[in-house]
Amino acid sequence: MVKSKAIEVIRDDLWKNNPVTVQILGICSTLAVTNIFLNTLVMGLGLTFVTGFSALTISLLRNIIPSRVRMMVQTLVISSFVVIVDISLKAYVPNISRALGPYVGLIITNCIIMGRLEAFSSSNKPGIAFLDGILSGIGYSWILLVIAFFRELLGFGTFLGMPVLNPLMQSLGASNGWIQWSFMIMAPGGFFMLALFIWVSNSLAAGKMAAEKK
Amino acid sequence: MENVSPWVIFFAAIFTGNILLTYFLGMCSFLSVSKQIKTAVGLGVAVTFVLSMTSALNYLVYYRILVPLQLEYLRYIVFIVVIAATVQLLEMFIERYSEGLYINLGIFLPLITVNCAILGVSLFMVIRKYTFIQSVLFGTGSGLGWLLAILAMAGIRERLNEEKIPQPLRGPGITLIITGIMAMAFIGFSGIVQIQ
Repeated sequence: MVKSKAIEVIRDDLWKNNPVTVQILGICSTLAVTNIFLNTLVMGLGLTFVTGFSALTISLLRNIIPSRVRMMVQTLVISSFVVIVDISLKAYVPNISRALGPYVGLIITNCIIMGRLEAFSSSNKPGIAFLDGILSGIGYSWILLVIAFFRELLGFGTFLGMPVLNPLMQSLGASNGWIQWSFMIMAPGGFFMLALFIWVSNSLAAGKMAAEKK
Repeated sequence: MENVSPWVIFFAAIFTGNILLTYFLGMCSFLSVSKQIKTAVGLGVAVTFVLSMTSALNYLVYYRILVPLQLEYLRYIVFIVVIAATVQLLEMFIERYSEGLYINLGIFLPLITVNCAILGVSLFMVIRKYTFIQSVLFGTGSGLGWLLAILAMAGIRERLNEEKIPQPLRGPGITLIITGIMAMAFIGFSGIVQIQ
């Protein structure tokens, strides 16, 4: 029984009811950093940490928090974990911390975290709530990593800062090498990539549903 | 940042550095509330109003309280509390004194606390080291820029209802593509004023 619930949580968070493509939640704070893969990875790790541990905390406190002030308590718990993430980033990876700028702080207003706390952690046991929190974070991050992969690859011609497309194009005989799509680095590239991703995932879901009907 | 005219910052916040179209802030409510022009305007006005108030309040709290006490790292917690309190007070105030305004504006106020644009503006204000006047005009300008973006989107979406859009692309998909096209159009403004 417990095991089947865990499997259900895993499937829901990572694909079936994915926070980004299906629920369209919380894209504000992190879409902005998807033009460089490494920054997105750090942001995704930070977000997963915050989602997991605030889910655990809220679940542990679920019988103590009066329901009238629970939103305020949730916000405060989330912001405390965000402060931890922010200070750690500043101490260990100052360059990335500077590049992420205000977006680390904006994890607080990421609707996914609040949504999971409200819908899941406040009515479930700590273990499963922690799993759900971590997995929502991962479910959110992997999509942004896919987007970031393409934006960095096309925009800079690199992956994790290593030139990829330039040598490839030259070995294929193009003398100019890779011409960077600077459009991909700018904001519109982010909007288009996310729209394409949602389009593909909705098409796949629709195809599967049609197959199940038959 | 002191040598930049506040009005330059104001216009930059509306056009060249639009909070939504270049910094992706406030996307959640932008996607969900942009179906009708009337509600879009209501939310946009409420956001502008709250932004100009919270940017002033957070400036004072940050530079008068947190910096002297060397508690800068607490700014996330303090800012979000100030924003939540402002929105709550505003809602009570409007409900008490103006029923018409409450019906038109009040229903949007609870949505605003979780709008990332509000917290984002306060954080940008700290990072870019704006002065008080610059911060207030930056807040108001960002709000107006957000209003402009959601108004344009609502106008387009009202017409989209009658169009044949591929099924998987309906709703958020097509809205994001149009937002992308709008962002491209706004890049055209980038020569007008230059900040950072």
